[in-house]
Amino acid sequence: MENNENNHLPNEDRKINRRDVVRGLAALPVLGAFFVGTGVKKSRDGKIRDSILDKLNVDAAAPPPVGSMEGDPIRLGIIGFGIRGEQLIRALGFATPAWKENMKKSAMKNPNDTRLKDLMEQENLNVKVTGVCELFDVRAESALATVTTDQNKPKRYRTYQEMLDSPDIDAVVIASPDHWHAPMAIDAAKAGKHVYVEKCMTHKWHETFELYDTIKSTGAVFQVGHQHRQTQSFLTAQDIIKKNVLGHVSLIQTNTNRNSDNGAWQYNIHEKASPQTIDWDQFLGNAPKIPFNKEHFFRWRKWWEYGSGLSGDLLTHDYDRINCLLNMGIPKTVVASGGVYTHRDGRTVPDVFQIIMEYPDYITGTSQEAGKEKGMTFIYSATLGNQFNRSTLLMGHDATMELGASLFVYPDPRSTRYQEMIEEGIINTDDPMYSYNPAAKGVDAVTGATAKYFANKGLMYTYRDGKRVDSTFLHLKEWLSCIRHGGKPSCGIEEGFQEAISAHMGTISLRTGQRVEWDPVTRTIKGLENIALDEINMV
Amino acid sequence: MEWKSSYNKWQLTMLTVLRIIIGWHFMYEGIVKLWNPGWSAKGYLTDSAGLFAGLFEGMAGNASIMQAVDFLNVWGLVLIGAALMLGVFTRYAIIAGMILLGFYYLSHPPLIGIKYALPSEGSYLWVNKNLIELFALGVLLVFPTSRIIGLDRLIFGRQEHLSDQDTSTPNVSEKRKEATHIS
Repeated sequence: MENNENNHLPNEDRKINRRDVVRGLAALPVLGAFFVGTGVKKSRDGKIRDSILDKLNVDAAAPPPVGSMEGDPIRLGIIGFGIRGEQLIRALGFATPAWKENMKKSAMKNPNDTRLKDLMEQENLNVKVTGVCELFDVRAESALATVTTDQNKPKRYRTYQEMLDSPDIDAVVIASPDHWHAPMAIDAAKAGKHVYVEKCMTHKWHETFELYDTIKSTGAVFQVGHQHRQTQSFLTAQDIIKKNVLGHVSLIQTNTNRNSDNGAWQYNIHEKASPQTIDWDQFLGNAPKIPFNKEHFFRWRKWWEYGSGLSGDLLTHDYDRINCLLNMGIPKTVVASGGVYTHRDGRTVPDVFQIIMEYPDYITGTSQEAGKEKGMTFIYSATLGNQFNRSTLLMGHDATMELGASLFVYPDPRSTRYQEMIEEGIINTDDPMYSYNPAAKGVDAVTGATAKYFANKGLMYTYRDGKRVDSTFLHLKEWLSCIRHGGKPSCGIEEGFQEAISAHMGTISLRTGQRVEWDPVTRTIKGLENIALDEINMV
Repeated sequence: MEWKSSYNKWQLTMLTVLRIIIGWHFMYEGIVKLWNPGWSAKGYLTDSAGLFAGLFEGMAGNASIMQAVDFLNVWGLVLIGAALMLGVFTRYAIIAGMILLGFYYLSHPPLIGIKYALPSEGSYLWVNKNLIELFALGVLLVFPTSRIIGLDRLIFGRQEHLSDQDTSTPNVSEKRKEATHIS
């Protein structure tokens, strides 16, 4: 063929004539057409993209500022080393030997599994876990083995009160069952310790006020474990709201769909669980006294006495995801309903639940004439019997935002703000007009379907400076930074108060069958002053 | 000097047009990626299936390999496309293009029972457009045109269709010899 020496013509025929040049360069006009065509297309697409981006003017908001982790190590006490406690301690940099072993095996099978490597390379938060409080001996020993180092010999405390009395503890991470969150957090703050507590911040109505007052009066650095506040897509979404890209948001839809035993809180019951290995009385705490029950200990989320149901357990995630964007606070009224329809295993908390929160005076912004900007409904619905993926949607007059680890904004065909651009064909109402995928290197306007498919496929991590990071790690880091340098954690007592009151209103509505109304002046529920609200979570 | 190839006019036209439009396709795919700073093959590779899925997912999971893959893919597409359009170093461009298409095909083979996250605009079983383009390049490899129409004509000399070495198909060679004369 062409480079085969034997095919070459004799020397006299290799002289290049005019025909050779014409035929040799015959494709040049096509190449010219190619560049003209691509140039015109690029310029047109670029103008459209720029005009959309100019119009929207969205920037990813800066992540919460964090200071250096240098200095003396912060001495932590961990209260509770169950599933979430283990995850929190791992996010702090300490994985159990069993987890490391599993990850090592998994990485050998699948080189893409970099969880162990990621953890080893994670920034050192400069903390020492000096105290462990866990009621089940097996877990307590596992926690000790996990956080013990050459420089750090942690102590096991039999009660959290003993731990709080210790001068060796600066701050506590609370990952206990819900009914212990507030008593522990209140006592810790009073003992001068800083507090990181898992959601739901409180289990009972009155605890919410007591904890609020305690944190306010003691000045403890307090963070509720809603780590999604660190997710980059939410920071971008904050700016989208600020720039009024969506217009008047009238409806928000959030959901939980799970269809597994684990998702329905059917956690593993440890074979060594017994009255000898578990401090049952301490577990019960303020719950009604009943004989030792392994299932209640390991699957406490299924009973009102210890857990907060779908309202406190999972709605709180979605509520806070939206509250961190809109700061809409506590709803004016709440209606909730639900039942146990899938897991009829003796549980008392529903496995199907929906809640409607009304914000009649809330304003997100508007592109329309005055008088059309007020009012919003927040709907959450959940089932533990189906895992169809339903998106979180913020539905505005001008656009709809679909929110997950990535983010898409779809123009509304009847938008006032984008009417001209839609008519001019600059904005196509079938495609998202803006997308943000934290895994990609940039933002995009006029996005086709492909990007969305990929984003939903699993590129769902939080990124900082292009590097994949665990958002729980960032949330703990922010708390530690506030302890070291001052500042306000992004999910502090105000946010936690709004989260807990909103969730408890849902539970109260569910259990009383009534629509409940919040009185922001007296900070009570209208018409229910005479009902013992605390007992609602106990029956 | 007048020169005739062994192809008739229509054969030459069709083969040359095929070469140029495949070149166009390659080059545009490359240019689009080059102009999109957020582009990476990572998503595509992560979505791999079939026998070699592990290999492609492994590539996607390694940042430095991904950097090289993205660079080679983008510039491979641009250069292969330009070479096919201009007909320069065409044989190498065709082989490189077939290798690239082979990778695309193997990472997303349209097998029975496999679904991809990446939406597909057609319906395929075993054969898809990557495979067809790969074999179209194969056709161009065995029916070269770049030394008739293309820069290879100026670099390597105009094509002599008669290959003295080609003993496997003597009849065809003889025919070509007759059809190829320079005056």
